[in-house]
Amino acid sequence: MRKIEPILAILVAAAMIVAAIAAPWLRFVLTIALAKGIAVMGILLLLRAGQVSFGHALYIAFGAYTVAFLAPRFGDAMILLPLAALGAGVLGLLIGLFVTRYRQIFFGMLNLAMAMVFYSLLEKLYAITKGSDGIRVEIMPIAGQALERVTYEWTIFGIALGLAFVLGFLLRLYLASPMGEALAGIKTRETRLEFMGVPARGVLLSAYVMSAVLGGIGGALIAMTSRHVTPLLSYWTSSGELVFIAILGGAGGVLGPFLGAAAYELVRVYAAASFADAWQMILGSVLLLVILFAPGGLWGMAARAIGGRGR
Amino acid sequence: MAEWFQDNGLLLGLALLDGLSSAGLIFLVAVGLNLVFGVLRIVNVAHGSLYAIGAYAAASIGIFLAGLGLPDWASIPTLVLSAALVGAILGPLIERFLLRRIYAQEEVVQLLVTFALFMILEDVQKLIWGVQPIHHDTAMKYLGTIDVPFGADFIPFTNYQLFVLPGFAVVTLAGLAWFLRRTLTGRVIVAVTTDREAATAMGIDAAKVFLLTFTFGAMLAALGGALSSPTAALVPGIGAQTIVLSFAVVATAGLGQIEGAALTSLMMGLGRSVAVYFEPELEVVVPYIIMVLVLLVRPQGLFGVIETRRV
Amino acid sequence: MSEVLLQASGLRLAFGGVKAADGIDLGVMKGEFLAIIGPNGAGKTTFINMTTGYLRPNAGEISYEGQRITGMSPRAIVKRGIARSFQLPQLFLEHTVEQNVALAVASRDGIWSPLTPLLRPGYRDEARDLLERFGLTGIADTRADALNEGARKLADIAMAVALKPRLLLMDEPTSGVAASEKMDVVETLARVLREAKVTAVFVEHDMDVVERFADRVAVWSQGRIAALGPPGEVLSDPAVQREVIGIERHA
Repeated sequence: MRKIEPILAILVAAAMIVAAIAAPWLRFVLTIALAKGIAVMGILLLLRAGQVSFGHALYIAFGAYTVAFLAPRFGDAMILLPLAALGAGVLGLLIGLFVTRYRQIFFGMLNLAMAMVFYSLLEKLYAITKGSDGIRVEIMPIAGQALERVTYEWTIFGIALGLAFVLGFLLRLYLASPMGEALAGIKTRETRLEFMGVPARGVLLSAYVMSAVLGGIGGALIAMTSRHVTPLLSYWTSSGELVFIAILGGAGGVLGPFLGAAAYELVRVYAAASFADAWQMILGSVLLLVILFAPGGLWGMAARAIGGRGR
Repeated sequence: MAEWFQDNGLLLGLALLDGLSSAGLIFLVAVGLNLVFGVLRIVNVAHGSLYAIGAYAAASIGIFLAGLGLPDWASIPTLVLSAALVGAILGPLIERFLLRRIYAQEEVVQLLVTFALFMILEDVQKLIWGVQPIHHDTAMKYLGTIDVPFGADFIPFTNYQLFVLPGFAVVTLAGLAWFLRRTLTGRVIVAVTTDREAATAMGIDAAKVFLLTFTFGAMLAALGGALSSPTAALVPGIGAQTIVLSFAVVATAGLGQIEGAALTSLMMGLGRSVAVYFEPELEVVVPYIIMVLVLLVRPQGLFGVIETRRV
Repeated sequence: MSEVLLQASGLRLAFGGVKAADGIDLGVMKGEFLAIIGPNGAGKTTFINMTTGYLRPNAGEISYEGQRITGMSPRAIVKRGIARSFQLPQLFLEHTVEQNVALAVASRDGIWSPLTPLLRPGYRDEARDLLERFGLTGIADTRADALNEGARKLADIAMAVALKPRLLLMDEPTSGVAASEKMDVVETLARVLREAKVTAVFVEHDMDVVERFADRVAVWSQGRIAALGPPGEVLSDPAVQREVIGIERHA
């Protein structure tokens, strides 16, 4: 399966490009899917350590608001993207120093609490954030080039796809490295790591910071694509969505988050409007079904269909 | 300082009284969460939704019965009965059909399952009661107000918030302490909490204890919601706020601590209502600041005990 | 044999009213194999836990290579060259046996390289070599949660050896190993340790193993050392036979 993954990734990317050419609205949907897929890779990292964060939308919102705030001043996507990643990484380090002292329910809920705090600050500090109205993001130059709308959207799509590839590739290397395998060791035998001289908390913290950076990048891309940021980005439903996509995609390969995100966004375009009041319920039910009956997620199913092992 | 009191004394008094009543509510929910965790070893993320459903159910049953000509005095027992009804229906349903399947699973799976349940219940509530605010305050109006002396002034305050809410909390605290220490069922619950294997080996029917405890915990959450319903209009989102807040109480007090949870509820209730009157933007943030500060100094919570793993 | 590697003096530790260590004084000589025997609850594991930093004694001191290590974290102690294996094997259950051992090998360099694979030639070869010496080559690709008790135990010890310690503490290395294989296993283990010049302290219930492999035996009883000396002497002492071995043989 590991050998097939890169080929599969290229096929998926090709399919995305074809779809984006065929229908302009798909270009928008798929860019958002790629951005979320990048953020979900962060959730995947933490799941590797057996931890689940119910508050990672915090980093998406942070990345998105960084773009919204700084766009008037440093109006270039090529400056804003690294800034959002860096900012989210620093925030992730600060919060991570605290939350990585905890595991399981504490880890999950403390993250949720942080995201809720950020959400209420975004809502209540109207003078700075314009509250629930949110902030509009204008089309910005990319690498010094002022672009008109269609070219801009294509370029952001391209950047998202490129980043997904590069980051996915790096994550794949990381997961098979001593550091990544030690991270997985936290899930099953954390004490043993300490008795091997490995600081388990440091391993988890570094993964946490990486997950925050991935969230920040995802959020920045979302802000550049939807061109409007609101506190809802940090609401618990957004965090739940990330967890949902991670489980739907399956925790096995790095392609999972992107398969999951694409499936999720496409279904949402059709279904969310018709079932606006029941959307979380549908997500929750599917999540339950996947956890109880298909623990491998989409990736696991794909792996079984091809005939290899998920991992 | 003296001058400040001159200007803000009344406000502070009001904040303290408000804090007392909201502490009572927080405690009811948090103690239920704590009890369920102690016995089932599962922190139910959907616990806050039971609070919300309890609140909505109590309000609509109250409105319905008032339409049938129910006398005003009966609105208070109606609140309690509605909560019991919600707990008695949803508790066993959730425990039997969902939680029972996952007791043997890894913690991260348990977390995800109750989170999925939370997503589902949040929308179930929206589907049944809609998104328009619902308000039914007969119980509070019936009991009238009292002038609470505060320095040279008097603060008008509702009897319901001043006596009924804290009263229920105190009765619950005392009743629970008595029940767990003095009755056979209570001691069985404590036995299962301290050493599940030994308790089962002694012939205790763990399945029954789990069912009973979860139902009781669900009733406490619903009771908190029902009692809160006369004091404020009900809107979607209270479930999420409640679970995070009651988890903050449990985490700050230390898992499994009942008296500790009472004290912490008081602390957070007061802190929050003082914020409402003086720095409303910080209202939502205050409990978490308290939690983070406490956990930084004592990671196991104020009254928690460190568990060491056997190697 | 005369140089002291590890010195414990006056160790005391109580859990509630139970005295798990009640004045332990023990010097471990460089290069020796020291067996710890005694009934359950005598505080044998507690001694290992204190030496490796998992438990902190209420009083007393442990020094290693002349330096005080009491109160240090397990990590700091491992870094100084003391490794341990566990009574209940502590393996990474979702990893293969080879990955488990390779992780231990990699942890000597710190595990901070994020982009090169764990199973790179250097780590993989060393892990495979160790597995071969422990006779575990056949299950190198088996996930740890699918192993039987004996194999888990060996893999657990192999991980500790992979850390290249100068002092190795083993908590019941042969429990769970099938009786027919026990002597072979210990033989292999002893050879590996002698080759690597590792000093070993091991808790053991099998007196045949103790007699054959230990240079000295320490008898634990209620948190104290009741007897200490060469196996021939200690094991033939009537008091020891009555109090410790009698119980062991019937247990």
